[in-house]
Amino acid sequence: MALNLDPNIVDPDGFYDELLAAHQGLTRQQSDALNARLILILANHVGNRDVLRAALAAAGKS
Amino acid sequence: MNAPSRDRYALAFRLYPYARVPAQSQPAQRHPVVIVGGGPIGMATALDLGRKGTPVLVLDDHEGVGQGSRAICFAKRTLEIADRLGAGQRMRDKGVVWNVGKVFHGAEKVFEFNLQPEDGHKNPAFINLQQPYFEKFFVDEIRAAQNDGAPIEIRGGNAVTGTTVGKDHVRLDIDTPDGPYQIEAEWLIACDGARSAVRDMMGLSFEGRVFEDNFLIADVRMTADFPTERWFWFEPPFKDSGQSALLHKQPDDIWRIDFQLGWDIDREKELRADNVRARVDAMLGEGTEYELEWTSIYTFQCRRMEAFRHGRVLFAGDSAHQVSPFGARGANSGVQDAENLVWKLDLVLRGLAPETLLDSYSEERAYAADENILNSTRATDFLTPKSDISKIFRNAVLELAGAHAFARPLVNSGRLSVPCVYDGLPLNGPDALDGPARTRVGAPCVDAALADGYLLDRLAGDFHVLSINTDAPDIDTVDGIAIHHVALTPLDDPHRMVRDRYLGAAPHAVYLVRPDQHVVARWGSATREDIRAAMRVALGKKG
Repeated sequence: MALNLDPNIVDPDGFYDELLAAHQGLTRQQSDALNARLILILANHVGNRDVLRAALAAAGKS
Repeated sequence: MNAPSRDRYALAFRLYPYARVPAQSQPAQRHPVVIVGGGPIGMATALDLGRKGTPVLVLDDHEGVGQGSRAICFAKRTLEIADRLGAGQRMRDKGVVWNVGKVFHGAEKVFEFNLQPEDGHKNPAFINLQQPYFEKFFVDEIRAAQNDGAPIEIRGGNAVTGTTVGKDHVRLDIDTPDGPYQIEAEWLIACDGARSAVRDMMGLSFEGRVFEDNFLIADVRMTADFPTERWFWFEPPFKDSGQSALLHKQPDDIWRIDFQLGWDIDREKELRADNVRARVDAMLGEGTEYELEWTSIYTFQCRRMEAFRHGRVLFAGDSAHQVSPFGARGANSGVQDAENLVWKLDLVLRGLAPETLLDSYSEERAYAADENILNSTRATDFLTPKSDISKIFRNAVLELAGAHAFARPLVNSGRLSVPCVYDGLPLNGPDALDGPARTRVGAPCVDAALADGYLLDRLAGDFHVLSINTDAPDIDTVDGIAIHHVALTPLDDPHRMVRDRYLGAAPHAVYLVRPDQHVVARWGSATREDIRAAMRVALGKKG
């Protein structure tokens, strides 16, 4: 399985809204903690180490 | 007491008082093997070599075993090795067996784990036992072996002050209460700890990573009703307890308490009894009755020597490698060093294997040290996050672990010591069996309960051919080295543990096992030539 960097989210604007809404009213510290939990939850869902490594590399390049 | 004034520590047991020997007024005598340092690794090495009939002299600058519980967690592999050397039963009898660990974040319990090993192992996953008992049991075994004629000598109060390394020997300058003398060693084994004087005298480097943290140990004696479990707190809720804390039971109603204090501390102040008591009171609750048994502050590094063999000098245990204490990988890995070294050195001394076999000691145990350092460094990074973001992730893991099983394997309060698999190293023969991964070539054999006794007890001390549900070729020696046979049938394996652990889907198998119980090679069935060729690989004679 390869890392999917093509559009894959149904209703991208809706997702983006929900992402921001999750952070609404949080302090910077609370937001950092939420992001960390989210990354860990998503990483576990992906599971595949090659995909995770590719995602880390892709995120590091921007 | 005639303890020399240079003592670095007080004694728990005065087991080998200084006694003048005639050699002190004679020209330097040559010994086949000299061990510097009578700690757990030195004594295990001496006992094993001596029981094989190889003369060995242990030099220790003290007259016995130092005080302080120090290494308290002894792992199954260490107990298996101690069993072969005769000390296992006393360790099990005295030690506290534990299986359950609880992890807290603040006042909240995040989760608990159970190390309960699978069935069919003679030894538990761990026992807790104060290090002085371990050392005493091994010295007692040495005394028993001496009575049976084993050529082991211990000289207490003998401090090595100089080494002159020759091509085929090492000359040692030794200081004693009666003044200096010299001896020569054909082989020198430095088991003299993290601050190894031998290593310093030889000018060898010991590079690695320093962790800027201080840990306070308080051993307290109390008849408390806490369960026999390992309790670990991240960001503990009790006052002034630091970044993490540990509570763990030892024998004699002693509890080990560890507090992580951070880097910039006043050691003397923190060690004052009233300051220690304030922390312990906060943890155990005001009014809990206890006595302070032993306190200490330690720092640690993760590092190893580049090579554990330098000509005729071999380094074992903390002198060769040092890890953080998380995971109990210090003394346990040192005992495995001894186990790896002794059979090789014994064969070299008997002229049955080339000296280069000892390079494999360095290679295999450095590989193991790297694994231990990796695990222990990762645990330390989880315990003591070094940046804001690493702390954010660490706490996110702890927050998630309470509610979600997926996060629990990420919680790292120390990955507990298990023996290393020597994957891909030069002493490995062929893996020609589609068998279980855990007993692959390079792995230490896994114990199994047989109809009568335990498998590892049957594979002790020499090369063994283990044949399961098949005939092994009739071969008793290779190049003068004995091979013993253990043949098992389904009647020996009523619990089907041998089948599960050594056959998998294969109907039958032949394993060749080293004296340290690592698998040399395995086949569905083997010829004499297969065994002979694999033996030569295991003896470093390939090519």
